[in-house]
Amino acid sequence: MTELLQQALTWQNGLIFLGWAVLFLFIVLGFVTYAIYFERKVIGWMQFRHGPTRVGPLGLLQSVADVLKLLIKEDTIPQKADRALFILAPIITFVPAFAVLAVIPYTPSLYFADLHVGLLYYAALSSLSTIGIILGGWASNNKYSLIGGMRSAAQMISYEIPLVISVVGVVMLSGGLSLRTIVEGQGNNFWEWNLLPQMIGFVVFMIAAVSELNRTPFDLPEAESELVAGYHVEYSGFRFAFFMLAEYVYVFAIASLTTVLFLGGWHPPLAILDFIPGLLWFMLKFVFVVFFLFWLRATMPRIRVDQLMSFGWKVLLPLALINIFVTAAYIELFLK
Amino acid sequence: MIRTEELLLNVGPQHPSTHGVFRIVLKLDGEIIKEATPVMGYLHRGTEKLAEQLNYTQIIPYTDRMDYVSAMTNNYVLVHAVEKMMNIEIPERAEFMRLIVMELQRVASHLVWWGTYLLDIGAMSPFLYAFRDREVIIDLFNELCGARLTYNYMRVGGVKWDAPSGWIDKVRDFIPYMRKRLKEYDKLVSGNEIFLARIKGVGIYDAQTAIAYGLSGANLRCTGVNWDLRKQEPYSLYERFDFDVPLSFNGDCYDRYRIRIEEIVQSLRILEQAVEQFPSEGETMGKVPRVIRPPAGEVYARIESPRGEIGCYIVSKGKAEPYRLKFRRPSFVNLQILPELLVGQSMTNLITILGGVDIVVGEVDC
Amino acid sequence: MSDKPEELNVQSPQTEQTERTPINQEAESFERAVDTPQSRLEQLVEQLKHDIAEDVVDEAIINEVNGQLPTITVKKEHWLAVARWFQVEEEWSCDYLRNVAGVDQGDELEVVYHLISLQTRREIAVHVKTEREQSWIPSVTPLWPTANWNEREVYDLLGIDFPGHPDLRRIMMPDDWVGHPLRKDYDPSDTEV
Repeated sequence: MTELLQQALTWQNGLIFLGWAVLFLFIVLGFVTYAIYFERKVIGWMQFRHGPTRVGPLGLLQSVADVLKLLIKEDTIPQKADRALFILAPIITFVPAFAVLAVIPYTPSLYFADLHVGLLYYAALSSLSTIGIILGGWASNNKYSLIGGMRSAAQMISYEIPLVISVVGVVMLSGGLSLRTIVEGQGNNFWEWNLLPQMIGFVVFMIAAVSELNRTPFDLPEAESELVAGYHVEYSGFRFAFFMLAEYVYVFAIASLTTVLFLGGWHPPLAILDFIPGLLWFMLKFVFVVFFLFWLRATMPRIRVDQLMSFGWKVLLPLALINIFVTAAYIELFLK
Repeated sequence: MIRTEELLLNVGPQHPSTHGVFRIVLKLDGEIIKEATPVMGYLHRGTEKLAEQLNYTQIIPYTDRMDYVSAMTNNYVLVHAVEKMMNIEIPERAEFMRLIVMELQRVASHLVWWGTYLLDIGAMSPFLYAFRDREVIIDLFNELCGARLTYNYMRVGGVKWDAPSGWIDKVRDFIPYMRKRLKEYDKLVSGNEIFLARIKGVGIYDAQTAIAYGLSGANLRCTGVNWDLRKQEPYSLYERFDFDVPLSFNGDCYDRYRIRIEEIVQSLRILEQAVEQFPSEGETMGKVPRVIRPPAGEVYARIESPRGEIGCYIVSKGKAEPYRLKFRRPSFVNLQILPELLVGQSMTNLITILGGVDIVVGEVDC
Repeated sequence: MSDKPEELNVQSPQTEQTERTPINQEAESFERAVDTPQSRLEQLVEQLKHDIAEDVVDEAIINEVNGQLPTITVKKEHWLAVARWFQVEEEWSCDYLRNVAGVDQGDELEVVYHLISLQTRREIAVHVKTEREQSWIPSVTPLWPTANWNEREVYDLLGIDFPGHPDLRRIMMPDDWVGHPLRKDYDPSDTEV
């Protein structure tokens, strides 16, 4: 991939890029399908029940059946809804979700783009999806959606800042914003990963990441028991599938980002295990982060809007700032 | 020019958290509630009017459907009122059966409340755990009277079905099982930071307000008023058993939560003693005339249902049908405090407070 | 309305109601030689007559089957004063309104209030009667807020007006319903059924 990226852009190269991108899109869609299936299974097991078992062997085709159902549904748009924005909102939510996946390095040679400002690119694009949510809430012409959209805006602002600031410590330790550099800066043993030196940053990042994903305990914009599905209450059929798709592709993105930033990317936890290919280590850590997100969803109640914002501003942000100072002091005193 | 408007939001009859078909019309300023008006009557089925044409035994299935989560106590209040009027003596075994099923029903009802309350707050799993345990109780009732939710079990003078062989042993086995489960639930939920932050300090009122609004059940006891009809106006065999009434003083949702959990513990205590003292033989029906015709007069009988004081006011003219039958439903009366509690709260707290009041809309509308 | 116990006229002793103890039969006056429900009821009626009006109490009986519950019938014009009396009078201090039930007695409508004091446990049931046409009973919502929805239900189902009620409108039936379902002469025929 590296050589391919360094060559000049010809029609042939362009088509090869397109082919890889489409292949990757299918891989991500496959992930989404089975992430939904595994989420339902894992949450079911935690609640002492089976989860999907009927459609296909062990219920494996459940998500396929669900997606098929969504595709063949009637496309309803409320009469007084703002048509253009209503149609645009899911697209605006989904496109950045997929676009951020470009900068994640999976192995030393398998990546799509090595931007010098990879992390910044990620943070910037992921904020765009919130515009889609707010638009969806507004355009539905429904008060519940409006409240859901407004909550989402408040939540996004409150948690984007701690999210980005918590990784500044990692950036300082690695010396660059490029995600490849950050992974290469971590070593082949788990104590050389960024996890232990940046523990505070990791905790803040995980909490802020769950909030960015709009998942329980921070799923206020779509709080089922209060807002009856919040911002996507008027969406049905494939538009609804787009919102769900965006959420799960973001799960993929955040889990990959966590793996890259804090868990060592393709590095094994112990140096002697490096005969196992890096991609497998990446996938293992990634799966663990995704499982942790499912586990949180099954266990925690939902936090209230004012508590959410006070938590973000009064607790997470100061912690992230303290992390920066401590890291800076450490670098100045020990590494220079 | 930026201006703010008040939003009129309909927490409509169809809503996952209103526990039935019940509507609240909210005037919102952003997320703060300025005014809340409950609208009810969607589930009004005219039980009281229908009762005027049915004889007393025929009314019993109707009572099941009022507070469908706690049907045994509804049955009891009606037959208790009639037995008071006719001064009928109930055989001991029948009275024990009644007490055991009422306490089991209290546990089941509180489990439903617990599971759905936590579901409203956002935690998905306790709902399933609660229903799994309630399933054990429902199976017991199924074995006893053939129904899972609306039992039609009690009759004027006793109960319809006797306990099948081995049933009491199953009740006896249920008690330690439930105690173990309650400990697990306490560990899972009661210490959870998010949960505590959500319900502590929410929906506070004091004892005077509670008494003025006629609240009963856990809603009254959370303010420190020691009023539990099982102790203050004992009925059935409650005087024989040793149990405590949980009491609390802050008057917020957390107190109501803790009281109800503690009530399950106390119910298990009563069940344990009742199962020990259960008479090994006896009649299930007392001496009752073929046609139940209470003498002319009136009576107001009341018992402690899981939701509060449920009362049955009967005016009889000496016929087989009541002249007027009125149910004093605890959910209906408890709900009155809601508009006052909600002013100034955020919309999320609406769900927390409404869940804490523990209503069943079948009972609100009757 | 047969079989109701005889009406109490304070001057003559009651025949069937009280326990048959020799001391009791002598206690016609107001001294509390033996504290029976009957004597307390008589004292109550005297107090009400003294404090409110001569003709306030129409009837006063002890409801035997209902745990010796004193039951009085008051005139609706004096009902608000009587209610306030029960709330503030030291011996009674009825702070808890348990139940409000409307009854259609055929020739008139009545509302039954069950009051209790949580401290002293004294209970009383009060019947207030009104005519079928233009029926009204003063509202006790200012005294006990719990009466709010109870009176709305009685208004909705029986058609009794409650002057003094802050927000008297239908509660169970739809707002545009015609008629009052719980009345005995209500015609339930539904044209669509």
